[in-house]
Amino acid sequence: MYAYDEIDRTLVNERVSEFRDQVQRRLSGELTEDEFKMLRLQNGVYLQLHAYMFRVAIPYGTLASNQLRQLAHVARKYDRGYGHFTTRQNIQFNWIKLSDLPDALADLAEVGIHAMQTSGNNMRNVTSDQWAGVAPGEIEDPRIWSELIRQHTTLHPEFSFLPRKFKIAITASDHDRAAIKVHDIGLRLIKNEKGETGFEVLVGGGLGRTPFIGKTIKHFVHGRDLLSYIEAILRVYNQYGRRDNIYKARIKILVHELGIEKFSREVEEEWQHIRYSSLQIDNEVIEDIRSRFIYPAYEKLPHMPDELRQAAADPDFEAWRKNSVAAHKNPGYSIVTISLKPIGAPPGDATAEQMDALADLADKYSFGEIRVGHEQNLALPHVAKRDLPALWKALDKLGLATPNVNLITDIIACPGLDYCSLANARSIPIAQELTRRFANHELANLIGRLHINISGCINACGHHHVGHIGILGVEKNGEEVYQITIGGRADESAALGNLIGPGVKFDEVADVVEDIVEAYLALRERPEELFVDTVKRLGVEPFKERVYATR
Amino acid sequence: MPLVNGGKIADDSFVKLAVDTPLPESGDILVPAERFLGEADALLKRAGKIGVIWPNNRDIADLVPYLGKLATVALVFPSFRDGRAYSQARLLRERYGYRGDLRATGQVLRDQFVFMLRAGFDSFEVKKQADAEAFMQTAKRYSVFYQPTGDGRITALHRRMQLRHSEGVGT
Repeated sequence: MYAYDEIDRTLVNERVSEFRDQVQRRLSGELTEDEFKMLRLQNGVYLQLHAYMFRVAIPYGTLASNQLRQLAHVARKYDRGYGHFTTRQNIQFNWIKLSDLPDALADLAEVGIHAMQTSGNNMRNVTSDQWAGVAPGEIEDPRIWSELIRQHTTLHPEFSFLPRKFKIAITASDHDRAAIKVHDIGLRLIKNEKGETGFEVLVGGGLGRTPFIGKTIKHFVHGRDLLSYIEAILRVYNQYGRRDNIYKARIKILVHELGIEKFSREVEEEWQHIRYSSLQIDNEVIEDIRSRFIYPAYEKLPHMPDELRQAAADPDFEAWRKNSVAAHKNPGYSIVTISLKPIGAPPGDATAEQMDALADLADKYSFGEIRVGHEQNLALPHVAKRDLPALWKALDKLGLATPNVNLITDIIACPGLDYCSLANARSIPIAQELTRRFANHELANLIGRLHINISGCINACGHHHVGHIGILGVEKNGEEVYQITIGGRADESAALGNLIGPGVKFDEVADVVEDIVEAYLALRERPEELFVDTVKRLGVEPFKERVYATR
Repeated sequence: MPLVNGGKIADDSFVKLAVDTPLPESGDILVPAERFLGEADALLKRAGKIGVIWPNNRDIADLVPYLGKLATVALVFPSFRDGRAYSQARLLRERYGYRGDLRATGQVLRDQFVFMLRAGFDSFEVKKQADAEAFMQTAKRYSVFYQPTGDGRITALHRRMQLRHSEGVGT
């Protein structure tokens, strides 16, 4: 956990006062809606189909139990008793009143939570690996650097009015859980031959209507130069990124149009001007930030305690443990993923009661810490293995023990036409139907790891391009039509999926997915060959034949 | 459109010239970049102060040879959403060492003041009277700044270091 100091608290409070004044001026008519729009977006407030939507940042996916309780409080007091976790480590409230927003922000500020730059054309919430600091084999905790970037990008006087939104993600593990290759800047923490920390920097990744996988712009930027290098990229983008067409304004288009070589030369030239400036970070600064991350005092505990041995007789517990419990860097502990994808429910939603109860469980079993991942699930990062059976029972009571993490029913979906004013098609009902089709745990397990991603419009908030199966809803002649891609992935081998053929109607989507899955089960070489690997080996054709043979 | 200078609403001594407005004999003038670059020698010889209105899509480095002779540089915000002039302002101040008046023109609204001050602007053609009147109050909205810019305000990171060291001395 990062603990705010007086300086951080002051800034957040000053931001709340500013926003209170802005809302007041909007309500009195002093600000036009056009003028206010940009200001509210900078504070995470969108106008949606039915109401204002409020997006709150959970920087690098780390939450303390008191913060989660405060999110529950906001859900209860100002919204309809639930929140929706997004694909970028934010939480959204969908039914909030404009006049309540300053109070909601003030309540959140009490526990060091803010909504700064969760929307708008600025540097968004910095995201990272939800297993940061606990994953075995991690090089070092990337959240120290995430926090450094969070501070540097917050209310940046030069880059708060960029051509378009700008997203940064960081990972420090071989397995990329932060989807850095589909971010405007992706950072992979590495060590040089002297053992010093630095970053491979990727640029120009992104989804939306023109998806690109990020390209490496620099193989090693020393940690001390990280801020100046990011600033150089941003300065080139701020000046040369396109502002004439909102669909061509992301940095990925600039990188594509200039080419990565020319773009990197521009950045390099800029960087040389600012590299040896006050942007250089010395160790002391890093150590100061590191000192405000609180790490649990782990006990030396057995790898295989009696509690775990006894619980193994219960097949339901075992199904959950095998699915949702992952190895921790400390052998007496585990990382527990909490699926927010119960069968038949909207992906990523949690009720205020669930949030409160989870906060209590985090206090009891996870040193008061909760994590939020881009797959729209939560995690308890430090659970002693002896506590797993008790935790499982408690989670099960809350409806939070669905053993479907990384399985076909662990669907990522945007809010779609049920909430979003940009959407062309529904996403949530598609996800709900798919979870019903594959509700049988044996079947889902037999299929193995398979990520389905659903977006209700071309803006791709559900990251459909990088779903193993991607589903994109569009509108055609007044009807919802769904385009289906296969073979995408968002991890260290990130790739964009390929279209399997013409779009299909709402009612047919689940049937088509079933056909694709059946084809996979018939085509895979062995049970361990993942869906995405079978697609890579065989291409789209055999799946296409299967799906369209009878259509 | 009120001008804020030195934190207060002030008279604007400058007259803005279009590309083809006849040149007045005397008085302070603000000239579009294109005209300035075309007639720089003649313009700089006349009595009265001269300033340039520099568009946000033109390389600010082109202005560098003239910086010592300019009374003001006006950078343009065609829309409050368009942030290119923030980069130009920082380059003028921090890279090219420009110390003269730096003016924000165009859609300049209250909620940009702090960003503009931090980027190095010191005068503001404010779109709304009420915003101009609220300038001083708005400029004080924030006391914490995370990034170093040329405005000399101490950053949060450095303030923490200072606190650390002062605590260290006491113990």
